[in-house]
Amino acid sequence: MSAVAARIRPDQNPQAVTDHPAQATITMSAVNKWYGKMHVLRDIDLRVNKGEHLVLCGPSGSGKSTLIRCINALEEIQSGTIEVNGNVLGRKGAKVDHIRRDVGMVFQQFNLFPHLTVLQNCMLAPRRIHRATEAEARDKAMHFLEQVHIAEHGHKYPAQLSGGQQQRVAIARALCMGPQVMLFDEPTSALDPEMVKEVLDTMIGLADQGITMICVTHEMGFARAVAHRVIFMDRGEIIESAPPSEFFGAPKHERTRAFLGQILNH
Amino acid sequence: MDYSFDFAPVFQAWRLLAEGAWATTWISAISMAAGLVLGTILTAMRMAPVGVLRALAIGYIEIIRNTPFLVQVFFIFFGLPALGLRLDAMQAAILTMTLNCSAYIAEIVRSGVQSIRPGQIEAGKALGLPSFDVYRFIVFRPAIRAVYPSLCSQFILMMLNTSLVASISAQELTYAAQMIDNRTFRSFEVYFVLGAIYLALSQLFSLGLQLIGRSYFSYPTK
Ligand SMILES: Nc1ncnc2c1ncn2[C@@H]1O[C@H](COP(=O)(O)OP(=O)(O)O)[C@@H](O)[C@H]1O
Ligand SMILES: [Mg+2]
Repeated sequence: MSAVAARIRPDQNPQAVTDHPAQATITMSAVNKWYGKMHVLRDIDLRVNKGEHLVLCGPSGSGKSTLIRCINALEEIQSGTIEVNGNVLGRKGAKVDHIRRDVGMVFQQFNLFPHLTVLQNCMLAPRRIHRATEAEARDKAMHFLEQVHIAEHGHKYPAQLSGGQQQRVAIARALCMGPQVMLFDEPTSALDPEMVKEVLDTMIGLADQGITMICVTHEMGFARAVAHRVIFMDRGEIIESAPPSEFFGAPKHERTRAFLGQILNH
Repeated sequence: MDYSFDFAPVFQAWRLLAEGAWATTWISAISMAAGLVLGTILTAMRMAPVGVLRALAIGYIEIIRNTPFLVQVFFIFFGLPALGLRLDAMQAAILTMTLNCSAYIAEIVRSGVQSIRPGQIEAGKALGLPSFDVYRFIVFRPAIRAVYPSLCSQFILMMLNTSLVASISAQELTYAAQMIDNRTFRSFEVYFVLGAIYLALSQLFSLGLQLIGRSYFSYPTK
């Protein structure tokens, strides 16, 4: 893990990071996806640079989950290319498992494994994939569980934890694989309101460490605090992409304004 | 009705019955374990993306489930020697029971696997685990837990089915009872006691399976 980097404020011109071609971590070019006849991703072009924090928002059904699930090949695409850390995901990706090891994912429903303790949840993948010894895997798991402030619950089962605690474990579990990129799919949407903050704080802490992040979320406070770019999607298209100050201050597109009006006014 | 009951000759042969009960117990236990392994492999084939594997598994399961157990026993014991595979009665009994119950178990395990939320499998894949590991370490245990009661009934049913292998003279409990009947002509008493022993064995198996279940599935769920 790198040393804690100073948080790059969104207003410190994230374009400086964005325009450096050598640092692209994820490149999506002309990506199209259909579910049967439904066209859910339309010509998506997206570059995410190393260390960049992206927030993805948009109405329900606009294709946000689908987009990030394509990045770790949980969904197949029908045309276009996706490159992650130099590995190209083909239509039938050959190096899928490699890409997945570089990309951590946190789900809305946590998806912890119910029959494994918190520690075992975190140790499974490093033991199987990196062939870590029991002790190595445990040390690493404890390290990240401490980072998300849940180490004292290591021997509990998921069902014995609150939603917020489960989601923090899910974050630690993903971090144990040492990913370059973290994907979050509405990580706080299934939580009771009083638990949202603990998860967002964990994510902010992670952002401060400089990891590349793509978060699907409607937590606009979070977007303002950590995003370098906010992306608005509607009906399978990227409509607008701008730094938070611009995105919230002066949205260019009518649909963005309508969407922001809806979510900020209640 | 002037039949006078006399259980004494049956009880005098308790040794035979005890040996028979023990044989029934261990051939059942072996067949259950082997059947579970084979049934799980069949489930994996049944759900594989490869069409040939699926077809093989479905064909096998359909054949087994739609032919009588006794015919399967005869086929393996009397039929297979024609192909050069000569098994003694016990081996034939265990093989048939394993093959037979694996087909039923495969269907049960499959419904268990289908009860697992897709998010569990996705979480495993997202960590970079290969499919085999996802099924082995993430899906298997919760899937078996979900169908454990049906699995146990199937096991008990199979244990009771072992009585049919007496017909190829496999020396288990029913065979022992037939020997005692032949010697004593106390059919009523012999088969009454035999039934009682099977009832007791069912209870014991049921208890044992419950204990195994309780330790293997002890994790809490909401
Ligand atoms: N497995 C699927 N099969 C068919 N349609 C799907 C599937 N998953 C998502 N969709 C559809 O694709 C569209 C985009 O879905 P999704 O990416 O989940 O949207 P979002 O995350 O923005 O709410 C929606 O219209 C949804 O109904
Ligand atoms: Mg979604």
